[in-house]
Amino acid sequence: MATTVREAPPSHEPEPTGLWSWITTVDHKRIGILYGATAFFFFLLGGLEALIIRLQLAKPENTLVSAETYNQLFTMHGTTMIFLGVMPLSAMFFNYMIPLQIGARDVAFPRLNAFSYWVFLLGGLILNSGWLIHAAPNGGWFGYANLTSKQFSPGLNIDFWTVGLQVLGVASLAAAVNFFVTIINLRAKGMKMMYMPMFVWMSFITQMLLLLAFPVITVALILLMIDRTFGTHFYVPSGGGDPILWQHLFWIFGHPEVYILILPAFGIISEVLPVFSRKPLFGYAAMVFSGAFIAFLGFGVWSHHMFSTGMGPFADAFFSMATMLIAVPTGVKIFNWIGTIWGGQLQFKTPMLFALGFIAMFIMGGLSGVMHASPPADLQQTDTYFIVAHFHYVLFGGSIFGLTAGAYYWWPKMSGTMLDEKLGKVHFWLMLIGFNLTFFPMHFLGLNGMPRRVYTYAAENNFGFWNLIETVGSLILGLSFVVFLVNIWRTMKSKTPAPADPWNGATLEWSIPSPPQEFNFAEEPVVHGRDALWEAERLAGGRVPEPQRVSGKGIHMPNPSYWPAVAALGVATTLVGFIGGLHLPVSLTGVVILFLGVYRWAFEPAG
Amino acid sequence: MSSHAAHADAHAHPAIGTYLKIGLTLFILTALEVGAYEVVHRGQPAGFAHLLEPVVVPVLLILSAIKFALVAMFYMHLKSDGRLLSTVFVFSLVIAAVVITALMLLFAYLHHVAPTKVPGGP
Amino acid sequence: MAEHAHALEHHTATGIDSRKLAIWTFIGSECLFFASLIGTYLVYKGRDVIGPKPHAEWLLNGKVQEQMLEIPLVTFGTALLLFSSLFVVMALNGAQRGNRRQLITWLVATICCGVFFVGMQVFEFTHFYHRGMGYTTNLFSSTFYTLTGFHGTHVTIGLIWLTSVLVVALRGKLPPEKALNLEIAALYWHFVDVVWIVIFPVVYLIR
Repeated sequence: MATTVREAPPSHEPEPTGLWSWITTVDHKRIGILYGATAFFFFLLGGLEALIIRLQLAKPENTLVSAETYNQLFTMHGTTMIFLGVMPLSAMFFNYMIPLQIGARDVAFPRLNAFSYWVFLLGGLILNSGWLIHAAPNGGWFGYANLTSKQFSPGLNIDFWTVGLQVLGVASLAAAVNFFVTIINLRAKGMKMMYMPMFVWMSFITQMLLLLAFPVITVALILLMIDRTFGTHFYVPSGGGDPILWQHLFWIFGHPEVYILILPAFGIISEVLPVFSRKPLFGYAAMVFSGAFIAFLGFGVWSHHMFSTGMGPFADAFFSMATMLIAVPTGVKIFNWIGTIWGGQLQFKTPMLFALGFIAMFIMGGLSGVMHASPPADLQQTDTYFIVAHFHYVLFGGSIFGLTAGAYYWWPKMSGTMLDEKLGKVHFWLMLIGFNLTFFPMHFLGLNGMPRRVYTYAAENNFGFWNLIETVGSLILGLSFVVFLVNIWRTMKSKTPAPADPWNGATLEWSIPSPPQEFNFAEEPVVHGRDALWEAERLAGGRVPEPQRVSGKGIHMPNPSYWPAVAALGVATTLVGFIGGLHLPVSLTGVVILFLGVYRWAFEPAG
Repeated sequence: MSSHAAHADAHAHPAIGTYLKIGLTLFILTALEVGAYEVVHRGQPAGFAHLLEPVVVPVLLILSAIKFALVAMFYMHLKSDGRLLSTVFVFSLVIAAVVITALMLLFAYLHHVAPTKVPGGP
Repeated sequence: MAEHAHALEHHTATGIDSRKLAIWTFIGSECLFFASLIGTYLVYKGRDVIGPKPHAEWLLNGKVQEQMLEIPLVTFGTALLLFSSLFVVMALNGAQRGNRRQLITWLVATICCGVFFVGMQVFEFTHFYHRGMGYTTNLFSSTFYTLTGFHGTHVTIGLIWLTSVLVVALRGKLPPEKALNLEIAALYWHFVDVVWIVIFPVVYLIR
């Protein structure tokens, strides 16, 4: 049942580029690009949803969109940004960089990797297909029961949501198993766990969170699906069910989920800051343990999303204290990042600007977060724009700034070209200004009482001024992404070639050509310490010569395969059969396709 | 039985004899579990039932925990395999236990300490 | 530097085969899946005013009914599942030692036990339905059928998996070098048994 292998083609033979080669690819680098392109598309879609929201809110009693459309917009904006934006953008980097950074030729299970991507794509399409019939999910990204019950949401909207998310869950779980095993088992000779790049460590912890948190939301969604399809009362009070059960199950997943969203960005920042400060990361061990501690604690704080539900004083106090406690390891990280740049030889290239922006914005988001940790204070803040401000500071100011830093940092390696520095700086400043204009005033609006998830507000509330500022800010934000797109477009046309190591990087991905050859390393690297490339350069007495492209003769790489895509289609079809009630023929067809895909995958002839 | 040859191996897989003994133990433990249930359910023998009833829940949980551990350690080879696999499993079990316990405690408060009147509920 | 075709499998930083680590990782994840279902069952236990009760008499159309759960039947099924775990390690032992007869005999025995367990469950569900417990009847019915039904689904998938391995073995394609293929299927099977070891007392024996 092993992955089939064949010899890599000689270096001068161009890699196949047709559509079929992309559908059957099992190469982690290509799969990374697939994730990145797909995720970026969904991210722009989520951004468009946000812009429409902002236009609607620009003035009081606006009529740009109806309340129903607004509900769909904010639900899809949140769901898209989280599941189809940040997570797969992180997955792009997991896929592309983890094997390179640990000195491996690919992930442990290349076909499972391809399977994860195709399932993700299908899940994203299912989630968004509701738009086609103006029945996009509309119950909020957190889908509280019993608004989501058949009684109060009789349309198909919530079905698209439960089915789409379940499909996405399969993708995430499969990928998590893959990367967990890859990081443990496929490290190069000499690369002990405590020598791994920090991005790999944070990604490793993220995979563990995915493995433990996703099954819980899977059960939550299954119970909701069963309520809606078969008429059970898991979340329906009239039958004895308790909507609070949904909230608990959802947030037991939901809180680890936010760490899933931020830890990869933490990892990226921990890569970028040292390289552009020409100093090793400050306090490596503390960074590892604080990351692990945050993740572990992250399983014990979920009910801080539920302070207004009457859990009682003991529960409130427990979750409040645990939440405040998480600020400690987070603070350790921030101090260590500052310690990294302190006394360093700072290079203010675009990746570094976004990394520095990350630190500042994330601190702000963390401060408002700690304020929510107090239940009495949170009773004022919850369900207001104060919360919206907090999570956008950590998710956009944190995750997106971090991922953007990663994009600029790793673009040369992935594409073999250099992005324009000037346009990069314009992107950064527009994004920083636009972002703060959009989200900072939300602190004021929230404390002044503007509720979340409202499609409009009365003129007498005096919310209009700041809302207008925020809308202007969001347009500037949108403009910053246009600049990014222009930069990408220009780069793809002009193709300024990138060397293997444009930034004088510390880690192994910079020791091979840009973009890497299919087999990554001509010879499997042997590692002697942290910052493996800086270590190798130190041992060699200076920069190593530009790596040459070599023949892949004798290196066995996995065969391409389309069975993962078939199996993915099976998963999606099986679950699609539950939209609008159980359509047994559809689901059974899906099961058959799934079995076919899995069996052919398992028994593909070797070599 | 190949017990001696098997134990000579560095990564010793338990011998068939061990497997059979574990199997028998599992059967006996299950019989004890069901026996405990029946005693309390019927209330017979009266004296024993009276003693057992207040502790029957922990007794059943402990018996099943022993069965769980026996299957994991011997049939699933965790005892003889490297510590990594045990760590993966035990860590997951800890989080699983935390989730179950937390749900029970949180809902116990809602149901018994501060219940709200719900149609169809007690 | 040449690499051999199967270097991907054998050359690991920990010495543990990647597929074995993968199945344990998956099992760890599944612990949370079943924990959520068991948690839901426990949270709703005893909350029903009407409808079938697991361990007490209940009323159906004004007539008193016996407790819904039937211990003798499920005890038999539990024993079957436990023995199937024993049988599959015997089969694995045969595979590892190249004893084809032992491998096949005990693998068949494992599958038979599993099939009877699923059969027991199907019979149990049908019987309960005829006694007045449908899927949506009350919270006990919904949580019971969902929890044990998902477990049964996992058993069924395990049976399909083991049967595939059996077919490979019958074709003579499971030599000792490939015993890992059975070991991985067996680990999944043991997990399914271990989940039942928890469900059996929690649902059936604890009042």
